[in-house]
Amino acid sequence: MHRIVSKCQLSPNVTRLDLEAPRIAAIRKAGQFVIVRKEEGSERIPLTIADADAAIGTIALVIQSVGKSTHELVELNLGDSILDISGPLGVPTELIESGHALCIGGGVGTAVVHPIVQELHQRNVTVISVIGGRSKEWIIFENELKKLGEVVVCTDDGSHGLKGFVTDAARKILSTHPIDIVYAVGPVPMMRAVAELTRSLKIHTIVSLNPVMVDGTGMCGGCRVEIGGETKFACVDGPEFDGHLVDFDLLADRLSTYRQQETEARSRHTCRTEVNL
Amino acid sequence: MESLAPTNLPLKERMKIDRQSMPSQEPNLRNANFGEVNLGFSEQLALLEAERCIQCKTPKCISGCPVMVNIPRFLNDIVKGDLAGAAKSLLGDNSLPAVTGRVCPQESQCEAQCVRGIKGLPVAIGFLERFVADWARKNNGAMTRTTPSSTGKKIAVVGSGPAGLAAAGELVKYGHEVTIYEALHKPGGVLVYGIPEFRLPKKIVDQEVTRLKQAGVKIECNVVIGRTYTIQELRDSFDAVFIANGAGLPVFMNVPGENLKGVYSANEYLTRVNLMEAYNFPEADTPVLIRKRVAVVGGGNVAMDSIRTAKRLGAEQAMIVYRRTKDEMPARLEEVHHAEEEGIQFELLSAPIEVIGNEQKWVTGLKCVRMQLGEPDPSGRRKPVVVPNSEFVIDCDLVIVAVGTKSNPLLTATCPDLKLNQWGNIEVDENGKTSIPGVFAGGDIVRGAATVILAMGDGKKAAGSIHQYLATLKTQ
Repeated sequence: MHRIVSKCQLSPNVTRLDLEAPRIAAIRKAGQFVIVRKEEGSERIPLTIADADAAIGTIALVIQSVGKSTHELVELNLGDSILDISGPLGVPTELIESGHALCIGGGVGTAVVHPIVQELHQRNVTVISVIGGRSKEWIIFENELKKLGEVVVCTDDGSHGLKGFVTDAARKILSTHPIDIVYAVGPVPMMRAVAELTRSLKIHTIVSLNPVMVDGTGMCGGCRVEIGGETKFACVDGPEFDGHLVDFDLLADRLSTYRQQETEARSRHTCRTEVNL
Repeated sequence: MESLAPTNLPLKERMKIDRQSMPSQEPNLRNANFGEVNLGFSEQLALLEAERCIQCKTPKCISGCPVMVNIPRFLNDIVKGDLAGAAKSLLGDNSLPAVTGRVCPQESQCEAQCVRGIKGLPVAIGFLERFVADWARKNNGAMTRTTPSSTGKKIAVVGSGPAGLAAAGELVKYGHEVTIYEALHKPGGVLVYGIPEFRLPKKIVDQEVTRLKQAGVKIECNVVIGRTYTIQELRDSFDAVFIANGAGLPVFMNVPGENLKGVYSANEYLTRVNLMEAYNFPEADTPVLIRKRVAVVGGGNVAMDSIRTAKRLGAEQAMIVYRRTKDEMPARLEEVHHAEEEGIQFELLSAPIEVIGNEQKWVTGLKCVRMQLGEPDPSGRRKPVVVPNSEFVIDCDLVIVAVGTKSNPLLTATCPDLKLNQWGNIEVDENGKTSIPGVFAGGDIVRGAATVILAMGDGKKAAGSIHQYLATLKTQ
């Protein structure tokens, strides 16, 4: 059992849970994830480790409430426990040892970018973070990232930082700064747009993919993605890949596989929650 | 037990008894439920069948068994009406008899060696093993358990599938302290994620695991060796390590369209339905695609399990697509027979060359070519050859690929000292020893995809080697 020691709502539908998982907290690296299962009968959900405190043995999971399973997780309270956490899974982030990095986070993807910026910062890489959201209330991890380097905030409505998309800010930075590597994590269209932008500039770009997973250990192949025309399993070969080689159309399409079932589960869940009220 | 009066039938009378058949659910009922297909022998049937054993002086059946169960001894106990004795004998040789009694290919192992099979049908050893094991499960309290004195030696077992469970069961008998590390949230490995409820009820695996825990085996779930801990870390904190993490990685066909929505590996399909209980969606949270026309590619037991599962989930057209003929199918005869009874269709001598999809990228069909059998290949099976200009399309909306698995590199990649063969399987000597002292391996990670009982045989043998190895440590 993994007890929740801290709970914090970061944006209207994004919640941070800090949970006891001492072994994972001690050895996790940037880019790695865990598979969590709330209780008997729950789904196995992959979640990136956004932060960890090895001294007290906790990991931070940042959860966007999109379906029944994620909604149930964010409904948990301080002191409640999650039944299963398995990990750390996935290949750690490919990091540079010196130079300049541009780290781009869109929405909840900013939480995935955070540990990458942490490790780059430790290595004395100069990091500029560009983070975006619909409006001010949707921006997450701004303060944490500011401790690690320069941060440029973008909102669609201009309510905070620059008005516009993260790609607009990224384009400007790339034209004025000597950037050695780009990390981009966010919605599929955002990662695709960043990859297109950096392809012409020939800047190595790493993206983190979030396909449907079951076991997270390479056993089921449900998370298959195409990288440079070759099928890879995101759970063991990734989840981070060269953004210039990713088939984003396939990723977006496969992510829609269970849309009908998700709607069904969510509507039943919502009905019951209302009855309980 | 009163009904089992001790008998002492003369040989001649024993030879007159016909092989008893296994009572089973009616095909048209069972293909719509997940209840067990085989219902098990009654005591009367078991006694009758056990009396068919003529108690050979030099029994060959034992050598046909990968874990060397003393078959005549436990059959004789049945005949004597001593079911507790039969159970004690069987459990002494085989740590998971309720499992093997259900899923072992007895027809090609113990029963293939039975002298009664020379003229007629062999003794139904598998059915009797299941009978005794089920009696033992129901009468757990009647079984005396001896607790061995502790040796103080600690052993880590990687994986709680058949090889890991068998090894753990043997090692605690020697008095060693055993901890099993399981990557998933539930122990059992392929017994819980792979083999469906209708062939091996999960309750049985749970009970076998509980029995091992009562015997002192510790099981830690959600620990992925290669990620959570490395083999070197286990080696540092244990006296010996047994690796039995299976051949987990699914193989795909490598044809166009294989990443369309509606194409599953058998591993994923079965894991969703069995381990995650997706047949119960939305009561259980994990979904699985339910479709009316399902094609499973492959001819092994996993293919049969997948298509029979699809049938139970409502498929109207449930089809096996296999590139050779029924004679070459690696699946157990009983499974093929059960599948046929349940209305599974067989599209034989057919090899898929493309998965076809619609504009929304959902599967709509499987394009195949006809095959014919040519010369035998190195495995002795006749090699299928493509018939020119024979393309045809099977209309279907779900494709499940069951063409095998390969070794999962997750563990081996983080242990460079471990010697592997060209397929990524761990190399071991005849005693299960790997290239690292104190580290042993067995089951599918050594053999490639094989059977439950061969994995258990490896586990049992490795346990013996580990015991010997620990003894040599003591004297040093």
